[in-house]
Amino acid sequence: MDNISTWQPPAAGLPPALSIRGLTKRFGQKLAVDGIDLDVPAGSFYGLVGPNGAGKTTSLSMASGLLRPDAGQVWAHGVDVWQQPLEAKRLMGLLPDGVRLFDRLTGEQLVSYAGLLRGMDKDTVASRVTDLLVAMDLVKDAGTLVVDYSAGMTKKIALAAALIHAPRLLVLDEPFESVDPVSAANIRDILDDYVKSGGTVIVSSHVMDLVQRMCDHVAVISAGRVLAAGTVDEVRGDKSLEETFVELVGGRNQTGGLSWLRTS
Amino acid sequence: MVAHLVRLKLTLLRNSLKRSPWQLVGIILGGLYGLGMLVLLLVGLAVLGSAEPEFIGTAVVLAGAAVVLGWLVIPVVLSGLDMTLDPARFTTYAIPMKSMLAGLLLGSFIGIPGALTLLASVGTAASWWRHPLAAVVAVVCGALAAVTCIVASRTITAASASLASNRRFKDFSGIIVLVPLMFLGPIMNGISNGVSDFGAYLPQLANSISWTPLGAVWSVPADVAQGHHGPAALKFLIALATITALVWVWKACLARALVTPAAAGGARRGRGKLGFFAWFPATPSGAVAARCLTYWFRDPRYSAGLLMAPLLPLVLVFAGSQFDGGAATGIALGFGSALAASLVVWSISADISYDNTAFALHVATGVNGLADRTGRAVAAGVLALPLGLLYAVVGAIFAKDAGQLLGTVGLVIGVVGSGLGLASVFSARFTMNVPLPGDSPLKTRPGNGLASAMIQFAGFAGMGLLVLPELVLVIVGMVTGQVLFSWLALLVGLILGAVFLVVGVRQGAALYNRRAPELLLSVSLDR
Repeated sequence: MDNISTWQPPAAGLPPALSIRGLTKRFGQKLAVDGIDLDVPAGSFYGLVGPNGAGKTTSLSMASGLLRPDAGQVWAHGVDVWQQPLEAKRLMGLLPDGVRLFDRLTGEQLVSYAGLLRGMDKDTVASRVTDLLVAMDLVKDAGTLVVDYSAGMTKKIALAAALIHAPRLLVLDEPFESVDPVSAANIRDILDDYVKSGGTVIVSSHVMDLVQRMCDHVAVISAGRVLAAGTVDEVRGDKSLEETFVELVGGRNQTGGLSWLRTS
Repeated sequence: MVAHLVRLKLTLLRNSLKRSPWQLVGIILGGLYGLGMLVLLLVGLAVLGSAEPEFIGTAVVLAGAAVVLGWLVIPVVLSGLDMTLDPARFTTYAIPMKSMLAGLLLGSFIGIPGALTLLASVGTAASWWRHPLAAVVAVVCGALAAVTCIVASRTITAASASLASNRRFKDFSGIIVLVPLMFLGPIMNGISNGVSDFGAYLPQLANSISWTPLGAVWSVPADVAQGHHGPAALKFLIALATITALVWVWKACLARALVTPAAAGGARRGRGKLGFFAWFPATPSGAVAARCLTYWFRDPRYSAGLLMAPLLPLVLVFAGSQFDGGAATGIALGFGSALAASLVVWSISADISYDNTAFALHVATGVNGLADRTGRAVAAGVLALPLGLLYAVVGAIFAKDAGQLLGTVGLVIGVVGSGLGLASVFSARFTMNVPLPGDSPLKTRPGNGLASAMIQFAGFAGMGLLVLPELVLVIVGMVTGQVLFSWLALLVGLILGAVFLVVGVRQGAALYNRRAPELLLSVSLDR
C-alpha cells in the first residue's frame, strides 16, 4: 500500500496515470458525456475545467469507478477500471463532489473508516490519521461529528479520507470549493509535494486562475466533449487560461449588459 | 403577492407529480381515500342531523376538538410535515409579513390534509339541516375552524423552528415523541376503562371543551340551534380571539425565524475517541460493523427503531393483559421477543438507502460485498440477539414454562438469522424511499410510498415464510405442552437461522459486487 516512498519517477513507455477512451454516459434524454478521450500523464498535475453542467463530475465518477459508463473504457496506470475494479481502486484516491459523507462519525472515525475499508492495518491507519489531521489542521475538531463541521472542514476531512491509502492517482472533484484561503494554500502544498514525489493529481475546477497557477496540464470540457487538452502552455498559447476558456466555450454576452443597473 | 405564493404551491405540487408515476399513483390513492372518508363523514353528519341538537353538538365538538389537536400535534411529530413553503426560503425576497402570512395560510389548503379539513369543517353544516339558521352559522364557523387548524399548526411549526435548527434537539425530539404514540392504544384503553359511565361523561366533557379554544368554534351552531344566543356569541368571540392570538404568535415567531440563522452545533472535541471502532477487529467487515453500530446509536433514523423494538413487546403485553394471568403476559412477551428482534434485523434491508450518497465511500474504496454485508449484519445482530433473548427469558419466567423458553429462544435465533440473511439480499437489490440523513425518522417523503411499501411487505412476508417451521413448532409445543416440540423448535431455529444467514449474506454479497455502482446511482437519484 505504501507506494509513495517506493514510487519511481515515470520512465518512457509507462502507461499514463489515467487513460480514457470513448467514455459516454446518457441520463434519459440528456447526453451528459459524449465520447471523451483523455490521457493524464503519470506525475502530472492535471486540471479539468469546464462550465457548469459540462460533464466534469460525470466523467470523473466514471473514471473512478463510481458510475458505470454506457460505453468507453478507462485505465488507471494500465489497469482497466471497469474490468478489474478492485485493483484500479487501490491505485486511486477519490474526493467526489456533491455526495454525502458518513457524517454521524467524528472526523477521526471517518478517516480511520476509509483506511480500514481499504484493508489497511490498524497501526498504519492510526499513524496516518494523526498525520492527516495535523496536515489538514483538524486536530482540535477530530472528535466532533462531521455533521457539525463547516463546509470547508467537511471538504478537508473528505480529502484526508481520500489520501489515507497513499494512492498513486488522486481524483479531486472541486477540492477547493468553500475552503478558506489558508487551508486551500495548505492543501495546495500537500498536493504539490505529492506530485513532486511522483503522484498524479486530477482536479476539476472552474476557477481558471487556480488551475493556471497550480496545474501543468489542462483539459477544457464543454457539453460532454473535450475541446482542448495538453500542457497548460499549449492550451492557452500567449493568452490567459481564462481568455482561452471563454473563447473555446463561448457564451459571453455581447450586449451592453444591464443598463438599468448602473447607479449613476 | 398572496396569489404568487398560492400559485407557487400549486406549481410545486404539479412538479413533484412529474418526477415519477408512483407519486401520481400515491396521490391519487391518497385523494380517493380522503374523498371516500369525506363522503362517509358527510353522510354520517346528515344522519346525525336527525338527532337532538344537544347530541349533535356533543359529537361535533368532540370530533372537532380532536381535529384541532391533531393539527397541533402532528406537525411536531413529523417535523417539517409540509415544508414546501418553508418561510426560511423566502428570507431574501422581502415579502411583506401580511402577504406572507396570508399566502402561507391559503397555500396550506392546497394539498390533501388542508383541503379535506376545510371541506369537512364546512360540511358540519350538513348535520344542521333541521335548523337552517344553525346551518348557516355552521358554514361560517366551519371555515373559521379550518383556518384555526392551519394557523395552529403553522404557529407550532414556526415556534419549534428556532429550536429545530439545533441538530441535537432535532435528533432527540423526533425519537422521544414516538414513545407516547406507541402507547396511545393502551392509554386510551385505560382511560375508557377508568371512566365507567362513559355515556354520561361525554356530554359533560364536550361542554367543558366547548368553552376552550379547542372546541369553542365547533359549538356555536349547537348553541344557536338550541336558542342559547348569549353563550353562542361568547363562544364565537373565544374562537375569534383564539385565531387572533395564534396569528399574533405565528407572526412573532416568523419574524424571529426569518432573522435568526441556523445555530451552529456544539463544542469542539479533540481526537482520541474511536468509539465502537476500538471494539471491532481492524478489518473491512469490522469497520463496517463499527460504523453501523455507531449509526444505530447516533442516527435518529436507526435509534428510533432501536427504541421502538423493545417497547413493542410491552404493547403486546397490554393487549395480553386483557386476558388475565401471568401466563398470557408470558406468552405475549415470548412472541414479542421474536417481533422485537425482527424489527431490528429488518431495518438493515434499507441500509444502503439510509446511507444515501455516503455509500460512495464504499464504492470508491472497493469494499468487497462480503465485508459490507457481514459488517452490516453483525451490527444489527449484536443488538437484535440479546434483545430477543432477554424478552424470551423474561417471558418464560412470567409463564413459568421451561418449554416456552427453549422454543422462543429457537424462534429468536431463527428470526435473527433468517431476517439478516433476507435483509442482506434485499438491501443489495432494492433501494427504498427513506428519510434522508438528518431528517426526522418519521418523515415520509412526498408521494414515495407505494413501491417501497410493497417491497417492505414482500420482505416481511418472506421473513415470515422463512421462520414458519420454528414458529409452528413453538406453537405446537405450547398447545400440546410437549417439551419435545420446544427442543425441535430450538434445533430448527438454530439450523435454519444459520443456513439462511450464510446463504443470504453470500447472495447479497454477490449481488452487491455486481451492482454497487448501480446502487449508488439509484440512491443519488433519491437525493
